[in-house]
Amino acid sequence: MSRALVLHLGLIAVLFAAAFLLPAYHHGNLARIMVLAVYAMGYNILFGYAGLLSLGHAMFFAAGMYGMGLTVRYWDWPMILALPFGTLAAAALALLVAVLALRTAGVAFMIVTLMFSQAGFLVILYFNPITRGDEGFVIPQAARRLAGLDLSDPMNRYLAALVLFSVVLLACHRLVLSRLGRVLVAIRENEERARLLGYDVWAHKLGAVVLSGSVAGAAGAAYGALFGSVGASFAEVPFSILPLLYVLAGGAGTVIGPFVGTAFMFYLRDLAGTVTDAHMLVAGAALIALTLFARRGLMGLVRARWAGWLP
Amino acid sequence: MEFGPHLILALLEGLVQASVLMLTALGLSLVFGVMRVVNVAHGEFFMLGAVLAHVVAGWFGAHPALGFIAALLLAPPLVALAALAFDRTVLHRLGHDPERTIVATIGLLYVIQQLTLMTFGPEARPVTAPFNHRIAIPWIETTAAGLSFYFPWGLSTTSYKLFVVVAAFAASAGVWLMMARGRVGLVLRATQLDRETAQAFAIPVHQVYGFVFALGAGLAALGAVLVVPIRQAHYLMGGDPLLLSFIVVIIGGLGSLRGTVWAALLIGMSDGIVSVFFSPTLAKILATLLVALVLVYRPGGLFGAKPA
Repeated sequence: MSRALVLHLGLIAVLFAAAFLLPAYHHGNLARIMVLAVYAMGYNILFGYAGLLSLGHAMFFAAGMYGMGLTVRYWDWPMILALPFGTLAAAALALLVAVLALRTAGVAFMIVTLMFSQAGFLVILYFNPITRGDEGFVIPQAARRLAGLDLSDPMNRYLAALVLFSVVLLACHRLVLSRLGRVLVAIRENEERARLLGYDVWAHKLGAVVLSGSVAGAAGAAYGALFGSVGASFAEVPFSILPLLYVLAGGAGTVIGPFVGTAFMFYLRDLAGTVTDAHMLVAGAALIALTLFARRGLMGLVRARWAGWLP
Repeated sequence: MEFGPHLILALLEGLVQASVLMLTALGLSLVFGVMRVVNVAHGEFFMLGAVLAHVVAGWFGAHPALGFIAALLLAPPLVALAALAFDRTVLHRLGHDPERTIVATIGLLYVIQQLTLMTFGPEARPVTAPFNHRIAIPWIETTAAGLSFYFPWGLSTTSYKLFVVVAAFAASAGVWLMMARGRVGLVLRATQLDRETAQAFAIPVHQVYGFVFALGAGLAALGAVLVVPIRQAHYLMGGDPLLLSFIVVIIGGLGSLRGTVWAALLIGMSDGIVSVFFSPTLAKILATLLVALVLVYRPGGLFGAKPA
């Protein structure tokens, strides 16, 4: 067993133990952090490994959330169908966006994803009678059941979040050590050279966008199911910036970085909440500080200093 | 009101909006053209201009005209100074790298917005226009008795709105003159064409960048000061100008000033007209998708000569 696998399994074990040890407040926080970390891990596949900076991931998160929420609300689908449906909806949207947006690169790619995401947010507002627009809607407690378990119960919720988190963490671990992951890094480092070596750059990037969007969508569907609310604010621009912030803070291109970054920013914001209500101030200041002083993020720093083996 | 007068009114409102948009978008276009970076905080510089206008006008409360003139003279330079400080302390140290600059300006966007919320508050606050005469507009109609000439009720504009249009066009002409004629423009265009060669010819490229970033922010603030007597100052008012400026700069061709001016007039006018006749949300959806597709299929913009 490699050191990296030990580290990742160890993190999962610690989180499992924490389920029974933490006080209620942090227990609830950690459940939320794990789901948001899944979102950030999805973002990291594209940004950290393929080197594509998207400013529109909220549309994938929202596609998963609304794909799940609307089928439950209007057709009474059970969670076992609604959650995969949300993920599929996000994957389909990601495929569509990728086909168009991958014709551009660099700054244009950022703006195109931002624009598509903004259009998605406006679509949710436009279909206000169905989506309930800004207000959003609540997933009734009776519908929040999976395999006979009540997901609104704090312990079940925590464990469900942990299962999703573990699956995605280990999948990311597999991915970055696989051929596909290594080709993505090659594309990030030097696209021309990767093409020269005979790799189909476009197809790999397409795969990265779809995979990244699907994971973000799964996080969105799970967030709605576990915390019971669906709303347009999850499709807004600031919600696209958050995973970028989490990944930058934790370390882009590290498997464990998104979780570290999410937890770090979540608690930083929590602390700042005692001083001011303007919580995005912390996010903004952190973004500037990170681009200035810590480009590689916390785990990037750890990798550079102590642990070169960190995937 | 009938369709004809209604359309004239929509055109007038659209012209006011278009002229302010032209100033704001020119700022964004200059920054993109010369520095090759996207300033996501551009809308917040606009908002800061409006908020400072309210604050400055408050200092000279005696007479609305005095307060407005003070705001017009003070607010844009103050915003430009703030932008210059950010360029010196942050962007300069990032080497104006395009992707890191976007991330840093996203950070700046939230810092400015939230600091304004904490100090200025969540209320929308007005600035009194220095003069505001109602100007009725005549309309000609053919009736049984021949041509009749009358003033339809509601078809009017104000002297201040006309002033906004004139001032915005004058300022834009100033920018164009500076870029096309003066020595400053020569230096800016040289930097835009080829940063390294410009540096080799002893042009202080990083000082030029600081100047351009400040100028872009100042133009956005100027647009905001002009518009704040019509619309109130609010800490979230930067979103729409940012989105519209983006649209204008992309449609007009990234970095092309002439394209920016035409696109601002086209989009400002059509936005004014469309929002009179259609649902504003639907109009925004279509506009955003259109821009994304233009960027995908015509990266040089609709007015740009050739794709870059």
